[in-house]
Amino acid sequence: MLIALTTCFLIAFSAPWLYKWLGKHVVIPMALLPFGVMAYLSTLLPDVLHHVPVVQTHTWVPSLGINLDFRLDGLSLLFALLITFFGGLIMIYAAAYLKDNPLLGRFYLFLTLFMAAMLGLVTADNFFSLFLFWEITSISSYLLIGFDNKNKTARTSAWQALLVTGMGGLALMGAFILISIGTGSYTFSELLRQESDFSQHAFFAPALLLILLGCFTKSAQFPFHFWLPNAMAAPTPVSAYLHSATMVKAGIYLLARLSPVFSGSEVWQLTLAGVGAATALLGAFLALQHTDMKAILAYTTISALGQMVAMLGIGTPAALKAMVVYLLAHALYKGTLFLVAGTIDHSTGSRNLNKLHGLAKSMPAVAIAATLATLSMAGIVPFLGFIGKELLYEAALESSFLVPLLFAATFLSGVAYVAVAIALGYKVFWKNTKKQMPITHAPTPKLYGPPLILGIIGVILGLAPNLLITPVLERAAQSISGSLHTELELHIWHGFTKVLALSILTLLLGLLLYLIHDRILRHSSKLKGIYALGPDSLYRRLFQGFLHQAKLFTSAIQDGNLRRYVIYIILFFSGLMLYVLWFKTPHVLFSSRLHLLQLISFHEVVLFVLVAAALLYLLGTRSRLTSIVVMGLVGYSAALIYILFGAPDVAATQLLIETLTVVIFVLLLHKLPAFIYLSHQFKKYNYIAIALLFGAVMTYTMLLVQDHAVASELKDYYGKASLAEAHGRNIVNVILVDFRGLDTLGEITVLAVAALGIFALMRLHPEKGEKP
Amino acid sequence: MEILLPFLTGILFSVSLYFILHRHLFKLILGIILFGLATNLFLFVVGGMTRGGIAIIAQGNDLPSEPYADPVPQALLLTAIVIGFGIQAFAIVLIKRVYQTFKSNNLDDLNNNEKI
Repeated sequence: MLIALTTCFLIAFSAPWLYKWLGKHVVIPMALLPFGVMAYLSTLLPDVLHHVPVVQTHTWVPSLGINLDFRLDGLSLLFALLITFFGGLIMIYAAAYLKDNPLLGRFYLFLTLFMAAMLGLVTADNFFSLFLFWEITSISSYLLIGFDNKNKTARTSAWQALLVTGMGGLALMGAFILISIGTGSYTFSELLRQESDFSQHAFFAPALLLILLGCFTKSAQFPFHFWLPNAMAAPTPVSAYLHSATMVKAGIYLLARLSPVFSGSEVWQLTLAGVGAATALLGAFLALQHTDMKAILAYTTISALGQMVAMLGIGTPAALKAMVVYLLAHALYKGTLFLVAGTIDHSTGSRNLNKLHGLAKSMPAVAIAATLATLSMAGIVPFLGFIGKELLYEAALESSFLVPLLFAATFLSGVAYVAVAIALGYKVFWKNTKKQMPITHAPTPKLYGPPLILGIIGVILGLAPNLLITPVLERAAQSISGSLHTELELHIWHGFTKVLALSILTLLLGLLLYLIHDRILRHSSKLKGIYALGPDSLYRRLFQGFLHQAKLFTSAIQDGNLRRYVIYIILFFSGLMLYVLWFKTPHVLFSSRLHLLQLISFHEVVLFVLVAAALLYLLGTRSRLTSIVVMGLVGYSAALIYILFGAPDVAATQLLIETLTVVIFVLLLHKLPAFIYLSHQFKKYNYIAIALLFGAVMTYTMLLVQDHAVASELKDYYGKASLAEAHGRNIVNVILVDFRGLDTLGEITVLAVAALGIFALMRLHPEKGEKP
Repeated sequence: MEILLPFLTGILFSVSLYFILHRHLFKLILGIILFGLATNLFLFVVGGMTRGGIAIIAQGNDLPSEPYADPVPQALLLTAIVIGFGIQAFAIVLIKRVYQTFKSNNLDDLNNNEKI
């Protein structure tokens, strides 16, 4: 498993080079890869069918419980086979669809990356490796939606999809952490073994909600459905692969995977059934109001995903059976229809239902594929879609709760599918064949082959369901229900039952709906006012508002005015210090240190007065030369203080530096600006207040530190080690050149850099036309 | 002096910040230099002051005789002073260049960068 995945990732990243090397033949290795993986998976089929899940473990970060564990059971295998099979067909299709695009190599890179991540997602056993793959699918989906990177719509749609699914991914991460803390297990297989404990745990409810959030965003459930129609900005192969057959079903997969753990909870059942049914209805309703083929397909996909979620909510064996069968049926017909839409777009340059008609003559193979798929979508007798729909109806009617809503959702969306199917299958291809629709070029085999294959498989599976796919579907349903007693037998003919009557009614109503479709389209524009309140516009407003506020905020606190920055920093710092010093620490006791006043000797008072007077003078003077001299005075006073308190080296340095500073100042004096007062009076008072506040805070801090002096261990250490280890008597020097010698080297480097900068500044004369 | 120095340093901080907040370039330099000085004194005070005793081991002894000043803040200070000097020198030259180029001593006039 790991080898297969690694190969996928390696080939994904070598795709651009393969494209350079092989040119348009790059499709051969890219398509062979998924089919090869599919063949490998097929060899594991017997094991899975005998209820022996294939388990592989590779340690990664064992201390955190993060390992690359893989487990292939019925559910995983069903998804993995779908992913690889579709992947292969899409690779072939994409080669023709993007034939003239110079970025085909990059496209294959993203697509293969996605496929590998998706494979990892459905086979991962460890929560966190699943999360990792989940995020890679989000990112590759982002890259693929925004593949046409010169198109603004594509870019914003990609952003939107990434933000929505990324938010869900974050929720999912939280859920996984809660589950692993709550149960102590890091893998699904471990979790499923000890399911009984967790439902009583305090983390159960939050974990459940976070899982739902993650899965609903990924699987485009209401109210997060809005990103999926926008994601149709992606090239059509991507829409067919990611946004109908595989990625959007990752949420369904995870819900199904965790179903044994959570399905006992009423919140789970009602939320899934309610949200799923609402999404199904909404998707069907919106699908009828569009004329863009891809938009229609996107909304019906949302609707179908809603139905699957609702089935998981019902949770009965019948519902789970219906879910897996419908999952497969939907993937087959929807993938076909997307590819057909892409082919039509490629050949005629339009995807508008109202403009397309009578294409059957000019592209017969595509017409056959589309017809097969739409018949399956409508649920006509020998197709897999028919079986799926019958099972859905049965499950909805047998549900123990919310029967009217669930039935309405399945039935009404069924009706809408029929209408859409007639529009897509009949209207586009067979209506008005007399009037030929001009096409720019006929579709090549690579463009009509993949949809045709998918369509034909839909028929074969419908005609002989038990022959091929039933065992896998049965194992998948068993993985979801967690019991081995869920048996699945599919029949194309159930006899004259209530469900059959309903199916026929669906068809008739669907036909009726198709006949009034034009009228619906004409009236749909009246609903625009409502959509302006929908989640999509809400998202946009939120996004714009966020950006706007961020800009306002940034320009308010970072307006390019240096002094304001300084003021913000100082005020924030002072506020923080005051808060901490006042509320979190003992206050300074002045009474305990009155005796220190006696220790002050005369020369110290003189020093204090000298510095204070010098500073006062500096504040008042306008002469540059005197201020430099006074500055020097303050510096020398500091040196004296250092001498008084046992720091002769520091004092020496201070004296030297002060002298140098004064010299530099005097040398450059005539080139420096003269004093003038520039600030307003009012501002000046503000500045004085801020400056005084800062000084007071610093004084208070120092007094507090003096009150609570701690003995330094370093002092003792260096005192002992200085002579013994470094053979030096001046401890300060020893620290500088021996113990912390590298720091001193760094200091020298800083000085050297400063000197270089000064040199450059002195030598440059941009006003004379020299370039800096 | 132990009790006076915190107040002296506080005054230094106040005055230097007031200079920094000015629009005038020359005062900005003065402010930066004084601020560095105040910071050094702050470190010195916070590091603990010991009257008299220098951190040097006398000839014939193996250990410094108590009480002696803590050598660690002193080492830090030495480094800080030297690096502070580097910054000061750079700032002085930079401001001289800015003044030459822009012919202005007002910080707020420097918001356009056409001449750079």
